[in-house]
Amino acid sequence: MNAAIEPPLGLLAELTHRCPLRCPYCSNPLELSRASAELDTATWARVMAEAAALGVLQVHLSGGEPTVRRDLPDIVRAASGAGLYTNLITAGVLLDAPRLAALVEAGLDHVQLSIQDTEAGSADRIGGLAGGHAKKHGAARLVREAGLPLTLNAVVHRQNLDRLPEMIDLALAFGAGRLEVAHVQYYGWALVNRDALLPTRAQLDAATATVERARAELRGRLVIDYVVPDYHAKRPKSCMGGWGRRVMAVSPTGKALPCHAAEGLPGFAFPNVRDTSLRDIWERSEAFARYRGTGWMPEPCQSCDRREQDWGGCRCQAFALTGDPAATDPACSLSPHHHLLDLAVQEAAAATDAFTYREIGRAPAEAG
Amino acid sequence: MTADVTPDTVPRLARGARLREDAARGRWVVMAPERMFVPDDTALEVLRLMDGTRSIAAIVDDLITRYEAPREEIAADVIGLVQDLAGRGLVSLT
Repeated sequence: MNAAIEPPLGLLAELTHRCPLRCPYCSNPLELSRASAELDTATWARVMAEAAALGVLQVHLSGGEPTVRRDLPDIVRAASGAGLYTNLITAGVLLDAPRLAALVEAGLDHVQLSIQDTEAGSADRIGGLAGGHAKKHGAARLVREAGLPLTLNAVVHRQNLDRLPEMIDLALAFGAGRLEVAHVQYYGWALVNRDALLPTRAQLDAATATVERARAELRGRLVIDYVVPDYHAKRPKSCMGGWGRRVMAVSPTGKALPCHAAEGLPGFAFPNVRDTSLRDIWERSEAFARYRGTGWMPEPCQSCDRREQDWGGCRCQAFALTGDPAATDPACSLSPHHHLLDLAVQEAAAATDAFTYREIGRAPAEAG
Repeated sequence: MTADVTPDTVPRLARGARLREDAARGRWVVMAPERMFVPDDTALEVLRLMDGTRSIAAIVDDLITRYEAPREEIAADVIGLVQDLAGRGLVSLT
């Protein structure tokens, strides 16, 4: 093993699972936690201080919808006071001028606003909230009026990918400096809804061409982040920058996770920030050590030149598709399970657009 | 969009960009939305002098007292750096 463990750069603070939206690709686990089980303000404040002391530079305040927490300004103040760069990840439907002013006053650095589509009817159907899309315009305006930099996050899939050009226009209209075109990641809720969400190869190729054109045209005005999705890729993504290497996630109830979706993996006892320090968790817990580095890797990863670029890909996807969280990510064409992805694309092409919406207390049976 | 930088240009860190010490790693970093920039020693000197009032010429004036190099050379380095940072959205120009 490596002699020294590098400290994490980022903390993903999932402050709550509560959310007014019900997106069928939500990255939260199928078993959603309730408000009564959430960490309190003081514990989050301590987590921020411990994170900064450990070497974390940036905190992503996420959820669920983080603005449902009335103490969000206190949490931002604790993070900012500890020296962390604070990034609010929000759907924007609860933001109003007083709430945003309180966050700015507390030291908020940046807002990432999600959209579900550009066409209101479709966006509201995907998000499962009538009138949700219309509120994004107001939220974006408030963020820009407050002088904060804005990133627009568009989660894309079969039912909205064709409107990527309109999404780029919307990012410009909102005054965003960045646009993240985020393909749905297929585990948890999204895996349950995979047949309704997987894009076709033709859609993907058109989207890639659109991004390349827009990047050239909009250089200096809009940065576009875009990664080819796993189901159409030849090599896996470097998920979380490698297990236990760059990011620590903390769930609403205080579980420390190497990835926000890791709760779905079997055979783990994840440490809790209520009773263990972030430093102990990062440097000494078995859960963070299990898939760290390259020693755990099976073939073909173990002898692969790219093992320190993609770190074996995504553990959650490996488990979802092969049943073994230590397998090579099937997104890699060298994986013996790579054909499962093609099969899924073919099945999805013949499927309907119906969704199973996320709901607290109503986890669906696992798909896969 | 290529940034036009002259001796009169006043550069400042863009809104949302923050210069801070990264004590755990013994370095300074510029934090920005979803990314980070690690300046080398020269860039760090320039970033520290960017207070929103100093012009490029004033920054060069300051550096010249500490570096054994011709003014033109220092000015070219500073302008190149500021152009690069502006192109990445980390620095705004007035």
